[in-house]
Amino acid sequence: MELTLSDVRGHSLDLKGIGHAFGATVALDEIELAVAAGELIALLGPSGCGKTTMLQIIAGFLRPSKGEVRFDGARVEHIPANRRRIGMVFQNYALFPHLTVFENVAYGLRARKRPNAEVAAKVEQMLELAQMAQFARRLPGELSGGQQQRVALARALAIDPGLVLLDEPFSALDKNLRLDMQIEIKSLLKTFGVTSIIVTHDQEEALSMADRIVVLNKGRIEQIDSPDALYDRPASLFISSFIGHTNLLRGTVTETDRVLLEAGPEIDLGRSAQRRRGTPVTISVRPENIVFGAADRPGAIPVTIRATVPLGAVSVTEGLTTSGEAVKISQARAATTTQAQAGETAWLAITDTSRISIFSTPADGVQDHQQRSV
Amino acid sequence: MSRADTTASRQLLPVVPLAALFFAAFVLPLAALVLVSLFRDPQFTGLSLVQYVRFLSDPFSLKVLSDTLWLGAEVAFATLILAYPLALVYVASGQFMRTLITFLIMLPLLTSTVVRTFAWIVILGRDGIVNSAMLSLGFWQAPTRLLYTWEGMVLALTQIQLPLMALPVINSLLRLDGNLTRAAEGLGASRARIFITIILPLTLPGAIAGWLLVFAAGATAFITQTLVGGGRIILMPSYIYQQAVGVQDWPFAAALSLIFTLAVTGIVLAIGALSRRFMRGVDAA
Repeated sequence: MELTLSDVRGHSLDLKGIGHAFGATVALDEIELAVAAGELIALLGPSGCGKTTMLQIIAGFLRPSKGEVRFDGARVEHIPANRRRIGMVFQNYALFPHLTVFENVAYGLRARKRPNAEVAAKVEQMLELAQMAQFARRLPGELSGGQQQRVALARALAIDPGLVLLDEPFSALDKNLRLDMQIEIKSLLKTFGVTSIIVTHDQEEALSMADRIVVLNKGRIEQIDSPDALYDRPASLFISSFIGHTNLLRGTVTETDRVLLEAGPEIDLGRSAQRRRGTPVTISVRPENIVFGAADRPGAIPVTIRATVPLGAVSVTEGLTTSGEAVKISQARAATTTQAQAGETAWLAITDTSRISIFSTPADGVQDHQQRSV
Repeated sequence: MSRADTTASRQLLPVVPLAALFFAAFVLPLAALVLVSLFRDPQFTGLSLVQYVRFLSDPFSLKVLSDTLWLGAEVAFATLILAYPLALVYVASGQFMRTLITFLIMLPLLTSTVVRTFAWIVILGRDGIVNSAMLSLGFWQAPTRLLYTWEGMVLALTQIQLPLMALPVINSLLRLDGNLTRAAEGLGASRARIFITIILPLTLPGAIAGWLLVFAAGATAFITQTLVGGGRIILMPSYIYQQAVGVQDWPFAAALSLIFTLAVTGIVLAIGALSRRFMRGVDAA
């Protein structure tokens, strides 16, 4: 890239024992998070999980009831938002409708009373990077959603922020445009080397954007991990169903390494279930970890086929076990040899038992945990 | 008559009473006013434009018009300056405070103008609240004349017309996306800069609507102008009254009325058009 970028690197961010309550409602509790300089973090969780509260605390719009916020090791709770050097990208972009694209991007520099020549040079550079240079004289209302988002990001980055916060930045975009913009914005943020925190309820967005994902539920952190680790080794039943699709099957531990499923067969885990015999457990098996198999294969699960849905690259078949649990099977369409017909009985086999996750069945039932993933 | 025409005329039926009222109470009197203003003298002998020439060549009359328009503008600016802090407090308040503020703003609208004006006479009079307080506290040595002054009139009109300004400004401010001010704050703008660069331009449609309402209402407020201004300050409404009822010069009074109406309407339309032109990107309120 021929443009010279400022050498300002992002802040590191530490949240220590952050808690926040609105009246009697606890929005956040015991939040511990360490973000390295230049890292791209996603705060992921269903609505009401506290992720927006967390963002507002980091931005300085909200003072936490307890705990510490540190930028590069220094506490900042007492510093107001306008002195924190933070770039914000809002869900609706919050571009100033009465100012041109140029003046929107220049806003933060003018607030810092930078000389006009410097403002012009910086704004042009940012618009160039965001591929919006030819729209400098337009008003935000004359731009498409994707263009508005580019301007919003250029405006946030123009002040050389130590931290960029993005609040549900893609939710207003068409689904087709979303992945393109995610890749584009991720690469822009990485080029800048700026520490970024993106708040989202969309797990695909978190998976495609973040170096690490922080999963929040009911005001607490459930797991912090890389996208792959989160998908392969979810720490809780909630995460296993919140990240990607999964099949949850109830069973009971019979031997150290064996689980008898309510759906029929006994599964050999190939490792310890880490639970006593007789413990009710729920296993999580990803749809792509299941194949159609022969009836006599050990561990084969009989299901009644309900429907097959072609989804382009893959086709997803749903079946119902004898215990009444729905199971989804995802196959590459090219690999689909036999098309199972609705109403037929088929036998399913788990391809790789080491990729099964095991959880203790919660007292309130599995159903509740599945519903929250919707 | 075709079927479609019948339907159309049926749809217009509900408008008829209002249109009739409008015609009888507005169009007819206005036409009568125009006609009366064209008579040469109070005895209604012969038609001419002499009344208009008389007005435009008379420095006193022109001064009365400009004073009246200036009074409207002054009151409108005074309410504007008061309305913004009030609106900002309102928007930042909780539900209870909002209800209270709304009630306090609406209160003047719920009492008669005459009552409100007499309240100001009680406050500003020679033995009024302000004078008694200042005298007994020792700040003033002798009663100061507040009533029957230009300043007293502006003060009273400002209080009386405040709702017309506060309500549209509050409405604009409520419709302002909170993320815009948050974005400006995040970009490092001070509160003053946020107000001047974001809040003010984006709530300008409401402020201008309020300004025009107060301007028109303040310039034409006959009762308050007469009672608080006393006989000492001649403004268009009392000038017209004096010419019509006192001097019985109906043609001149009619010409004064039309000139005054045109002046106020012209200013309202001109400011409205100008503001639309300069507010690219801002939603009209």
